[in-house]
Amino acid sequence: MTDSVAVSDDVQVAAIELRAESTSTRGQRWRRRYGLAAIGVAIIVAWMLVALLAPWIAPYRPDLVDVTQRLLPPSAAHWLGTDTLGRDVLSRLLYGARVSLFVSILVVLLGAAFGILVGGIAAYAGGWVEHALMRFTDLVLCFPPIILAMAIAAALGIGTVNTMIAMLVVWWPKFARLARGLVLVQRHQEYVEAAHVIGYGPGRVLLKHILPNALGPLIVLCTLDVGHAILVFAGLSFLGLGVVPPTAEWGAMVSEGRELVEQWWCATFAGLAIFTVVMGFNFLGDGVRDWLDPRARRR
Amino acid sequence: MFRYVSNRLITSVVLALFATLVVFLIASVVPGDPILAMLGDLAASKPEIVAEYRARWGLDLPLWQQYWIFLQRLFHGDLGISISTGRPVLADIAQYAPATVELGTIAFVLSIAIGVPFGIVAAVWRDSWVDHSARFISLVGVSSPVFWLAFIALTIFYGWLQIAPGPGRLDPIDFPPANVTGSFLIDSLIAGDWETFKTAFAHLILPSLVLCAATLGLITRITRASMLETLGQDYVRVARAKGMKERAVIVRHALPNALIPVITLAGLAYANLLTGTVLTETIFSWPGLGRYTFRSALSLDLPAIMGMTLLFAIVYLIINLLVDLSYALVDPRVLKR
Amino acid sequence: MASVTGSTLAPGVADAPPAASMRPLLDVRDLRTYFDTDAGVVRAVDGVSFQVFPGETLGIVGESGSGKSVTALSIIRLLQEQSRIASGKIVFRERDIVAMDEDDVRALRGDKIAMVFQDPMTSLNPVRRISDQLVEAMVIHGRHDRPSALRRAIDLLGRMGITAPERAIAGFPHQFSGGMRQRVMLAMGFSNEPVLLLADEPTTALDVTIQAQILDLLRELNADFSAAIVLISHDLGVIANVCSRVVVMYGGEVVEEGSTEALLADPKHPYTWALLNAAPRLDRNTPGEKRLTTIEGTPPDPLNWPKGCRFAARCPFRIEKCDEHPDLLPVGEARRSRCWVTQMGQNLPRRSQTHAAQAPDVMLAEAALATPPEPILELRNLVKHFPVPKETPFSRQQVVHAVDGVDLTVYRGETVGLVGESGCGKSTLARLIARIHTPDSGSMTFEGREIAFATPAQMRPLRRRMQMIFQDPYASLNPRMMVEQILAEPVRFHGLAADEAGLRLRVNELLSLVGLTASAARKFPHEFSGGQRQRISIARALAVAPEFIIADEPISSLDVNIQAQIINLLIDLQERLNLTYLFIAHDLAVVKHISDRIVVLYLGKVMEIATSAALFAAPLHPYTRSLISAVPIPDVAVERIRQRHLLQGEPPSALNPPSGCRFRTRCPLAQDICAQQTPLLIEHRPGQWAACHFAGQTDPAQRYAS
Repeated sequence: MTDSVAVSDDVQVAAIELRAESTSTRGQRWRRRYGLAAIGVAIIVAWMLVALLAPWIAPYRPDLVDVTQRLLPPSAAHWLGTDTLGRDVLSRLLYGARVSLFVSILVVLLGAAFGILVGGIAAYAGGWVEHALMRFTDLVLCFPPIILAMAIAAALGIGTVNTMIAMLVVWWPKFARLARGLVLVQRHQEYVEAAHVIGYGPGRVLLKHILPNALGPLIVLCTLDVGHAILVFAGLSFLGLGVVPPTAEWGAMVSEGRELVEQWWCATFAGLAIFTVVMGFNFLGDGVRDWLDPRARRR
Repeated sequence: MFRYVSNRLITSVVLALFATLVVFLIASVVPGDPILAMLGDLAASKPEIVAEYRARWGLDLPLWQQYWIFLQRLFHGDLGISISTGRPVLADIAQYAPATVELGTIAFVLSIAIGVPFGIVAAVWRDSWVDHSARFISLVGVSSPVFWLAFIALTIFYGWLQIAPGPGRLDPIDFPPANVTGSFLIDSLIAGDWETFKTAFAHLILPSLVLCAATLGLITRITRASMLETLGQDYVRVARAKGMKERAVIVRHALPNALIPVITLAGLAYANLLTGTVLTETIFSWPGLGRYTFRSALSLDLPAIMGMTLLFAIVYLIINLLVDLSYALVDPRVLKR
Repeated sequence: MASVTGSTLAPGVADAPPAASMRPLLDVRDLRTYFDTDAGVVRAVDGVSFQVFPGETLGIVGESGSGKSVTALSIIRLLQEQSRIASGKIVFRERDIVAMDEDDVRALRGDKIAMVFQDPMTSLNPVRRISDQLVEAMVIHGRHDRPSALRRAIDLLGRMGITAPERAIAGFPHQFSGGMRQRVMLAMGFSNEPVLLLADEPTTALDVTIQAQILDLLRELNADFSAAIVLISHDLGVIANVCSRVVVMYGGEVVEEGSTEALLADPKHPYTWALLNAAPRLDRNTPGEKRLTTIEGTPPDPLNWPKGCRFAARCPFRIEKCDEHPDLLPVGEARRSRCWVTQMGQNLPRRSQTHAAQAPDVMLAEAALATPPEPILELRNLVKHFPVPKETPFSRQQVVHAVDGVDLTVYRGETVGLVGESGCGKSTLARLIARIHTPDSGSMTFEGREIAFATPAQMRPLRRRMQMIFQDPYASLNPRMMVEQILAEPVRFHGLAADEAGLRLRVNELLSLVGLTASAARKFPHEFSGGQRQRISIARALAVAPEFIIADEPISSLDVNIQAQIINLLIDLQERLNLTYLFIAHDLAVVKHISDRIVVLYLGKVMEIATSAALFAAPLHPYTRSLISAVPIPDVAVERIRQRHLLQGEPPSALNPPSGCRFRTRCPLAQDICAQQTPLLIEHRPGQWAACHFAGQTDPAQRYAS
């Protein structure tokens, strides 16, 4: 199977955009790019603070059920209204940030670590090792993420941890692919050959020389991917496969409110929250990519 | 050319076999009594059914023999019986597939039809308002959770404005057209039933728009990026130096090259669309494979889940194979020795 | 395919420059082209004026950053978005191109004014057939319909020297070599019978023997089509080969102008002088002195041109007046120069032209008298093949015969030059010796130890003694490491410094060895120029105090004046530190200066080994002879009387090398025996080896055309 089996879309786009951007006027591009990235950082920082400080800033407890207060529209007492069980939507939103951000960042970091290891070793070792590792990666990539996550969740049972495991299984291959490509490029560079001639061993060359130069696009992918992970986890929770009720989680909140066309606040704000966070990571990811562009530093 | 095709074909088949192994292993990993998992409570209480099941799938045999039986059954089209529907999984697939294919294909066509021209224009008129809006729209599309978008769309257009029809492929009072392909659009045209065609079409609009949002964003971005890169190439400059009009340069020199990576991603996107309709179908009550898979997951209908997982993996492989082949047709360098 | 040998084809230089009374075809007046960048306005072309007369050949010479390419692009207004023609006129046949609207300029492009670019590998659209691209060029100007355009395209390809054009035309670009693609580009350029051809470094990316073919072709086209040619190059030899008049550009301006013959014999601007005298040349030889004259410094920054004369900072002849910016003024008949010194009537010093053409025997006798040196490296029958990825598991495994049985001995203290064109295997050989690759078979002894198949552990102590310098100054330094780290790490790794203080001392020592200041240590590679980065590379190689250094094309990517600086540095270092060099290059002039002995490679095998002097005075192998004669020399008198042994055709594929002697498909002396028996490397004269059945003979059957 060729590389057409998902080098991650983001990555391919990023790679091509990287090559293309070098011909634009730098002034305009700089301002526009870093402007958006700054907004992205602001959004993310804001949500991170929310997640950290939720227990202190939430007006109510997220699981406080009060059936007499159910389905109230936004008011002074409940800024974003209440849901079917009378729970305060705002508080659930704030607590939901904790789950989403925590799970997504963890999945991405762990998936990236494993994927980079696999891909890096594959590219450096070459030969049958590379072949075997890459075919294995291809295999995992055959399965659509949501479906495989569903299958694993069905086999293992519902719950946050199980869903995370399911996501991890499908998450690492794109990093492996990218890492392999990047390390492969670096491996044939002359400074790596120089390192060999000086006598450094393969481990040292891979870790101290190649990887720092290959990390750039990987960091970009990580950043962009957190947004993607949030979407997938919310999707799984929406389907009922993610968190266990009554945990507050954005996808689950949308699911609970989806039939309620009249009481639109139940589902809308949660979705809006997802949207803004993911946008923030996408903005930041774009900015990080531009910042790490070696051509911007080189003459 | 033949060598290239056969090479890809062989790789795909091998991977497909491995996929079956993976599916089989997942199924065997299920904790608890496999009989219960495969048959469900009701059936498992009947000893004849249990015995028959045992015999059919060879549950007392070692694992690799079970796998062999599994493979054989697979080649006969036997994916097991779905617990929830009680029918062979294959029959379920046959029933629900057309709805998903119809939805996914329309969404795909929309993404390409809008995304590609948008991306091209954005690249040619770089830094114009078209470019900025293209970048913005693609960003929004890629960042939106599809289930939320679906909810908003339904709420606004169906709930408040009342201009879109409700969930489902048709209104509750309508009858589906005579089943030829399974696609309501095509079948109603074949039957000459203009009314049903209009209803089916109206019902398709919202879900396909929602479904295509993310893909649209991606296609726009990749087309734009690829076009930008191609426009900076030497041979484009040579074409201008020959005295070609700018439009001719773009259409005859830049486009063919720029579209090559777009083809790859488009193929992948189509595969993603076909296999990723779960959320959209759930919200729009679309009777397709996505919703079927979801229901099976919820009710722990293991045969159905395994069957669907395998099906989707095969779909992926086939589409990737087709993409590889189209690559060979489009880019002469691929076949070079 | 035999070569055309012995023709004393005088280059277009023989044609006198056009009479002053003719109207110019192209009149560039005070052209200024600026780039708008983040950091400010780059005045790439800053007041350039020159004329091109009908049918003449004009050369524009300058180094990177001089503005020569931008000038050409400005002429047909093919500039990128952020660049613009700020002022000036470009008058072509009575009309000002700068003032024309887009449609009119477009009508000119590819029709009356054609352009050929530098890199033939990227100039053709890879997914469209050659026929399409050629026919298109003609059809869009309405001169032909498709069928007649196709016929004409086939004719043109044949005219440009492509064999079997009817078949070639249906092919795709990737099926052609660089030289052939450039011929296609020329066919495209001439398809509408232009009156002016702009050629921007058309041969820079090609091997020297192919370059010679293309330059010949250009001269013929100039004569046959009566088209004026503006040839842009950094190589004065190339320009001297084709052009009757030269314009020299530096710092965005024209600094000198004149007929080629006069300019080369007596340059009137110090920069031209430097190009001729402070750069490696094939026809100069000062026995006993390897060092070159150099000029210091690097080209000025186009963001900030210096106030006065832009060359003053590097000029060996500068005077106080040079703080004022000089104008371009006449300094002789049909000569102009932008230099206070020559405008005041002073002449720039001439180098003596004579080079002692010592008889080979004398030189060899000298070599034999010296004490027999000890070998530091010995290669015997070294072989390395690279497998090509197979189409299917069932097809035959094909290999690239990169190095196919090489014998070589390098003696302590000498410099051995390794030359050959692309595909000859010199880079692979370098990497085999450095044990970056492992050979397939053969033996390799370094300082008496067999290292061909040594394990990494066995190699480790030897690594200290053998180091390598690479070609690409951008890729050979780790972009994320500071210079200090790059230099200190090898020292630390091999345990050569006592402590941190000792390490820092060593780093400073290394920097000063290569001519850099201590402040360089805390910077990153991207903050340095190409020449400086090569110095850092050299410092890194010296860090572990090796005895043997392999230099793989270390100066090929640098401007000629910087090349001279680096060559001198290497020679200095060799004397100070007792180094032995294996110097790999494709540029014969460079190799000639720095090497004691030279090895000529072709398609993975050694063709000839000789001392530097002997190789150039009396080459034994026909390939060597062709190689030497293909190098263009910036001296009109020499070019006129030179014997030319040009090769025709393309080098054969390394996948399927010819049987017997590899060179026989292009050799003028080839006979049947050459296909049947591979010639062995035999010492035909003391110290001179050649692998040829007819070594030393020249064209037994052919007569010279006079």
